[in-house]
Amino acid sequence: MEQVANCMYYAGGGGLILIGLYMVLAKTNLVKIILGLSFLDTGIHVLLVAIGYIRGRTAPIFSEGMAETTPVVDPVPQALVLTAIVIGVGVLGLALALAIQVYRHYGTLDVAKIKGLKW
Amino acid sequence: MRKAVAFVLVLVVGAGFYAVLATIPFGADKTDVARRYVRNGVRETGAANIVTSVVVAYRGFDTLGEVTVLFIAAVAVGAVLFPAGGPAGEEKTEASLIVRTGSKVLFPFIILLGAYIFLHGHLTPGGGFQGGAVIASGFLLLYLAWPGRGAGRKVSSAVESLSGLAFVAVGILGIVYGVGFLGNFLPLGARNALLSAGVIPIIYVAIGLKVGAELAGVVGHLMERP
Repeated sequence: MEQVANCMYYAGGGGLILIGLYMVLAKTNLVKIILGLSFLDTGIHVLLVAIGYIRGRTAPIFSEGMAETTPVVDPVPQALVLTAIVIGVGVLGLALALAIQVYRHYGTLDVAKIKGLKW
Repeated sequence: MRKAVAFVLVLVVGAGFYAVLATIPFGADKTDVARRYVRNGVRETGAANIVTSVVVAYRGFDTLGEVTVLFIAAVAVGAVLFPAGGPAGEEKTEASLIVRTGSKVLFPFIILLGAYIFLHGHLTPGGGFQGGAVIASGFLLLYLAWPGRGAGRKVSSAVESLSGLAFVAVGILGIVYGVGFLGNFLPLGARNALLSAGVIPIIYVAIGLKVGAELAGVVGHLMERP
């Protein structure tokens, strides 16, 4: 049981990354590819926060009445992820705007039908 | 064919992840830098929230870069969608009475919550990025209730520019006072007081307003009809 609890967060984050990667590689609809990028993003956030977790410790906020010797988790991955989430939203918006322009220009969101984008 | 290749690639990457993650113990104390921040963070920066002191004080320059990335993304959304001036025509259908009345009632409270989150960023969970996202959600509600009204677009671009300037100006003032770019030149104040932690609340208010205005702009641009 403890083994499952230990690997659950790594497996969840890594799994989200792999699902996103598969969507980016295998799907032909641009919106689904962008969704895959969003999955990748979320998986990386989960993985980073899971790596920063330290067992039995609390959040790194020394509120009133909390001794400064209270053991807390690693604050650095949390700081990175909190900015990365907002930037992820901004970049997702930019990707969707580009997809709108592609649809206006080619009349389709299917990358296999857009000339010069086959692989 | 394409799917099989993709699947094999995903399996290879997954094996790589497994090999790396198997060597990282879950829930163990790993880094020295975290220990140092936790031990000295409150004394050095005056902020009770160590995550905030990492984002704004220890890695403030990095945060300036991240805010710039967000700014470029927000500008690019507008530039990509409307290459020739502004939107030509906008959808005029209004939302139902319930949505309009509800958004009128809720909008001030959402803005208040967002402002609370970024003003108390150095004391409680939250900060400029989170508060800005909450403020942007308030504007999303307005755009949903009155599409095509473009609520507060000029104000939001002015707020965005001014708060970005304020962030850089605080950084340069640090050089003027001789503590380095984005260094703290104000007194740290009493612990757990609202006006404490030197320049951290000022920078977080600037970040909160900037992120709120930028995300509201991204949402507004994506909702416009070309």
